[in-house]
Amino acid sequence: MMFIFAVFFILPLCFVVIVSFWDYNEYEMIPSFTTRGYYESFEGCLTKLPELCTMLATYVKTVKLCLIVWLFTFLIGFTVAYFLAFHVRSKTWQIALSLLCTIPFWTSNVIRMIAWIPLLGRNGLVNNGLIDLGITQQPVEWLLYSEFSICLALVHLFTFFMIVPIFNSMMRIDRRLLEAAYDAGASDWQTLWNIIIPLCKPGIVIGSIFVITIVMGDFITIGVMGGQQVAAAGKIIETRLNALQFPAAAANAVMLLGITFLIIVMLNRLVDIRKEL
Amino acid sequence: MIKKKISRRNLFKAGAGVALGSGMITGFPAVHAGEEKVLRYLGTAVNQADAISKKLFDDTGIKIEYISATTDDVTKRVITQPNSFDILDTEYFSLKKLVPSGNILGLDAKKIKEFDNITPIFTKGELPSGKKIGDQGTAPKKVMFLEAADSTTFAKEPTQWVTLIPTVYNADTLGIRPDLIKRPITSWAELLNPEFKGKASILNIPSIGIMDAAMVVEAIGKYKYPDKGNMTKEEIDMTMAVMTEAKKSGQFRAFWKDFNESVNLMSSGETVIQSMWSPAVTKVRSMGIACTFQPLKEGYRSWASGFCVSKATTGPKLDIAYEFVNWFLSGFAGAYLNRQGYYSAVLPTAKAAMEPYEWAYWMDGKPAEKDIKAPDGTLLEKAGAVRDGGSYDDRMGNVACWNAVMDENDYMVRKWNEFIAA
Repeated sequence: MMFIFAVFFILPLCFVVIVSFWDYNEYEMIPSFTTRGYYESFEGCLTKLPELCTMLATYVKTVKLCLIVWLFTFLIGFTVAYFLAFHVRSKTWQIALSLLCTIPFWTSNVIRMIAWIPLLGRNGLVNNGLIDLGITQQPVEWLLYSEFSICLALVHLFTFFMIVPIFNSMMRIDRRLLEAAYDAGASDWQTLWNIIIPLCKPGIVIGSIFVITIVMGDFITIGVMGGQQVAAAGKIIETRLNALQFPAAAANAVMLLGITFLIIVMLNRLVDIRKEL
Repeated sequence: MIKKKISRRNLFKAGAGVALGSGMITGFPAVHAGEEKVLRYLGTAVNQADAISKKLFDDTGIKIEYISATTDDVTKRVITQPNSFDILDTEYFSLKKLVPSGNILGLDAKKIKEFDNITPIFTKGELPSGKKIGDQGTAPKKVMFLEAADSTTFAKEPTQWVTLIPTVYNADTLGIRPDLIKRPITSWAELLNPEFKGKASILNIPSIGIMDAAMVVEAIGKYKYPDKGNMTKEEIDMTMAVMTEAKKSGQFRAFWKDFNESVNLMSSGETVIQSMWSPAVTKVRSMGIACTFQPLKEGYRSWASGFCVSKATTGPKLDIAYEFVNWFLSGFAGAYLNRQGYYSAVLPTAKAAMEPYEWAYWMDGKPAEKDIKAPDGTLLEKAGAVRDGGSYDDRMGNVACWNAVMDENDYMVRKWNEFIAA
């Protein structure tokens, strides 16, 4: 286990860090120490103040998207998990309904992306519906290729990663606790707030880690749903890679890794997952 | 060493014995297995047609193993894994990265049968009629020849050593939806016309997108570049500033990167004017939606691709590679490409393999005498239609610039990221 971890994770990661300090030209990497990959990435960050430079603006946007998506996946995921765990009594139904939640994963990423156009597009279903109902005269443009559509697609995709760990935590809650709370005269909200949520914390944190790490590194969904017009940390890395600027891409990857790692450490501060499990 | 040689020879003998044995049983001559001619062909999927590889096998017995990847991934693979392919199908602008890496073999022009028939667009930068065409950007003649077979520097004048044998090229321009625009479009400037706010698009591939942006900047009369294909840092800043301003005001609906994305944007009416590739326009049209590959007064942005051979390809394999390249230029493939709306590098052989009415439509810009069909038999145009932009001379003769990798490429890519983030 440790061996696999070392060979397939630690070693490549070390390479990425090493390469991020190399120099490069149009067609090859030059193994000499330089911080060019880093300082060129932050070009203009001081001179352009108070305006944000590319790197800061990109990260602000990425983190913002990440928070919105996290909030919605959490709210929806928690509600669905609550329903599955406490309102659906039979095991069979619980399994059947959980499987339904995997439907978004049945089609390929590409097909799913393309399918949004007929729905949200200028001549799409939603716009036609709105016009027919007389709510708007002109098609609504921000439905597609906007931050709204990015969040919609990401929430649609990743809510499942919230549902599973939260549902798992909920199923471990001793039902007698809930009955005791009821007998002691607690309202439904009090039970939710004082018993269920604290006991679900590990599930919530695990789900959050899934969602945050995926969204922070995503560039395909953001690219397609944002019409390639919305910056993302992952997108910068991709553009650099495609221009054969491997060290610069590696430097950006190291930064992204660092920031994502920081977020996870902070989450861990809130809940000690290892202890709770 | 000696011992090793002997053992290898023994192994060969044993192998031959087995092959002979199996040959006797099945009735096939055993030598065939040893002579199987296989080439690994790396490229974008554009030219990798089954019809071509099938015909090639029938004519020459060469088997093609297609390895397809995106333009960027092809380049990456040549740099990092030069042993993983024999034949490379790539664009001229990539050569600025590929040749200095030393992974490309200079080809001997004397071994290319039709070399003298290759259109002078490549060798001299002019039409067969002698008219000079635009050479801003990475025009083929700048990177076509090497100083020696194993050189990594480009020769200024034609030499015997060729980096890339051209196969296909075209002149690109804006695609429009005439049914939604309802007025004539004649200039690249229209891409930034506020009339099409939220309905325009460009490519999100920096090497190509920057050239489209430059065409627009010149068309709106803001600046005249000494060389669009090799901008200074200031010129890059200025070009990106114009595009950034347009982006911030909501001019662009989306950027596209993939052929199918451009088709979707156009056919769904999300965009009405955008930079586009010829087969994408054809595809939109074959869906029954009006789409024009609009000729513009400032001219076309051109591109060209062809075959390189990996440095790792030697001996008999190299002979097969030459045989393949010679076959590709001998007519069938050229006619196939012409029928898709591209142009073949060797025109006389392609002409011989096409019907006169096809040649008249695709190359001479004449109204189609009969229905025009794609290579796979689907109907492209009804009789009477005229090709957008007209004849070969009208289209290729109006090329203004070529897809490019600039000296300031690194800076440009960073600015492009800034543009996307703006």
